[in-house]
Amino acid sequence: MNFDFSEEQKLLQKTARDYLEDHAPLSVCRAVLESKETHSAELWKGAAEMGWLGAAVPEEYGGAGFGHLELALIAEEVGRALAPIPFASSAYLATEALMEAGSDEQKKRWLPRLASGETIGCLALAERPGRVSDSGVQATLKGGKLNGTKLPVLDGDVAGLAVVAARDGKGVTLVLADLDDKTVTKESLRSIDPSRSQGKLGFSDTPVEVLGKAGKGWALMQQILDRAAVLLAFEQVGTASRAFEITKDYTMGRYAFGRPIASFQALKHRLADLYVSIELARSNTYYGAWALENRSPELATAACGARVSASDACELAGTEMIQMHGGVGYTWEYDCHLFYRRAKLLGLVLGSADEWREKLIQRLDAA
Amino acid sequence: MDFNDTAEEAEFRAEARTWLKANTKRLKHDEAPPGLLDEGEGRSVVKAAQDWQAKKADGGWACITWAKEFGGREATAIQSVIWNQEEARFKTPPNIFAIGQGMLGPTIMVHGTEAQKKRHIRPMLRGEEIWCQLFSEPAAGSDLAGLRTSAVKDGDEWIVNGQKSWCTGAQFSKWGMIVTRTDLSAVKHAGITYFIVDMESPGIEIRPIRQINGGTGFNEVFFNDVRIPDENRVGAVNDGWRGAITTLMNERSSIGSGGGGAGFSDLLRLAKETDWGGHSALDDPSVRQRLADFYVRSKGLQYTGYRTLTAISRGTTPGPESSIGKLVGAPLRQDMSSFACDLQGQAGASLEAGVAFDDATWQESWLASPGLRLAGGTDEILRNIVAERVLGLPPEMRADKGVAFADIPTGHGTK
Repeated sequence: MNFDFSEEQKLLQKTARDYLEDHAPLSVCRAVLESKETHSAELWKGAAEMGWLGAAVPEEYGGAGFGHLELALIAEEVGRALAPIPFASSAYLATEALMEAGSDEQKKRWLPRLASGETIGCLALAERPGRVSDSGVQATLKGGKLNGTKLPVLDGDVAGLAVVAARDGKGVTLVLADLDDKTVTKESLRSIDPSRSQGKLGFSDTPVEVLGKAGKGWALMQQILDRAAVLLAFEQVGTASRAFEITKDYTMGRYAFGRPIASFQALKHRLADLYVSIELARSNTYYGAWALENRSPELATAACGARVSASDACELAGTEMIQMHGGVGYTWEYDCHLFYRRAKLLGLVLGSADEWREKLIQRLDAA
Repeated sequence: MDFNDTAEEAEFRAEARTWLKANTKRLKHDEAPPGLLDEGEGRSVVKAAQDWQAKKADGGWACITWAKEFGGREATAIQSVIWNQEEARFKTPPNIFAIGQGMLGPTIMVHGTEAQKKRHIRPMLRGEEIWCQLFSEPAAGSDLAGLRTSAVKDGDEWIVNGQKSWCTGAQFSKWGMIVTRTDLSAVKHAGITYFIVDMESPGIEIRPIRQINGGTGFNEVFFNDVRIPDENRVGAVNDGWRGAITTLMNERSSIGSGGGGAGFSDLLRLAKETDWGGHSALDDPSVRQRLADFYVRSKGLQYTGYRTLTAISRGTTPGPESSIGKLVGAPLRQDMSSFACDLQGQAGASLEAGVAFDDATWQESWLASPGLRLAGGTDEILRNIVAERVLGLPPEMRADKGVAFADIPTGHGTK
């Protein structure tokens, strides 16, 4: 039984943590949140130099040539730091989609640019409020031209490449759209977490290339989402753990009625429950990482388990963080709202936990 | 990451399996593993368990982690897990020796006298003598150190009076280990003395406790002027709390059982096969959401067990995550059982095999489940333990700190 990361992998994680402690204190996240910036360009450059953006990309395509276990640990650190960069969109979604289904020519063209950070990638799926579905994809693909609107698209306003779900005569097809093309319109949308930007993308006869097989896009989309769900779950566990640590320290230092508020069982037991929730999520994400790295058929359910438990734990952490801080937790000045916002955003960008619960039961029932 | 044995582990597993194959039969896939000792299990079960234990001892497979001087083979923690996994795949009698071998024996090894070790350890290992633990009392459960059973010195003997509770297997036991109050004027942890007591002594009365599910797995044990020779004392007078802590630290964790996900597939099948007005209960979105939660919690627990096993396999101490098993598993069992009853509609209230689903197994499980949340540390005590020992949060504010035991407020339920 070896259900753990290797010493080398842990060392890589520590390097990432050290780097982010130096270069991405929470003030970096707050600076993006309080400005019009879409992300921290400096931190993005640093992440590229550290080799994180192409961590799981083979060296022949300009990546670092690590596996997904390494990428997962970097994701956890990105989550811990509340790093205000389009890491998930570019590294887990666009890059992974290309690695999964791209032709050699497509990989050669895009992967080195994604790995170097020169191009930011994103996934454009949703078109309106509600759960995304096969039939909900209304953007059209005809004669290699894409038409339609996607919103909200995480990092869509800053990305140069989008993997877009479109409908053609055969069903849903995924395409690669160069967002620098003059037929594309980009618009920034307000986000519940302004440290992570969202955009609206408009396509008018935009020339695109098919990714994978035409008409098989919905199945491919599920694979892409499953893979990203595991990686994002690590990010959520990282965010949740940091929120938990800050909250724990605060409750130990804050006195009321002559004693630390952490000594009241009303808080103590909830902190224990939050800790348990995060540990269960961590165990589920480890299993997801194992399934991802080994291309196991169990990824279909393991991704759901990781996604559900990490989303629940992370949102609980963000919510409890404000509550246990009391009044100051509700102020702009304290950092609690950075976590509250980020936790909710991460819980929604790939679809809510409830959506993944439903997906899980569908898959268990079909098995 | 992989879920395989190392070469040494595989070799040990093969050795264990070979011995088990030669000495008993494999369980068939639908055969339940042996449960704990319960009502209706009389002397014949005890005899079968003792025969099996003797066989294991002769083959060198009893108490394998114990030191060689005590008859063990100094097996590592992971080997112990592997042995337990393998033994569980075979047809064996219930393990009625766990309290002695798992908790009391190791306590005697640390705190006992040479004479006590010499007299007791071997018969305990061979299952010739069964042991029980005499700790809890009617007014001392979570607050065990609030115990009131008194021991008063009389020459070379101690005279014990009081009542112990929740004593598993007391009716079959030759020996017990009892914590007693020996100094009322000291603060509560400093007035406790620990003894080995012969359960056949005059003045001991054992009565079964009837649980809410009708089972009688535990006993109350009454002590009326029971005499214990001083040579049976474990540790110094008034220093028994240290020994009691050793015993409690040895409470076996449930790691390695791999049973974290057990029951979920049955629940899924139940939902699928239960009619909800012309369609399956599984078609209902609220049912699907609940089921998904149970699955995720079950799996989280199972994989947390894998993390613990990994640490054990490496010969390191498991991380704090290993302490959450019961806190998650016990309420999960209760929630799942309750939900399984709900799924069955009015039949959910039936204990009748032909009426309720799966021979009313979920109803039985629902009735048994509150006990899991209380035994071996209540949910609330476990949260305190996680909060204080794992997370380092401040201890409880105590009303009994620095107060002589006799002056501690008692309120309802104590004498």
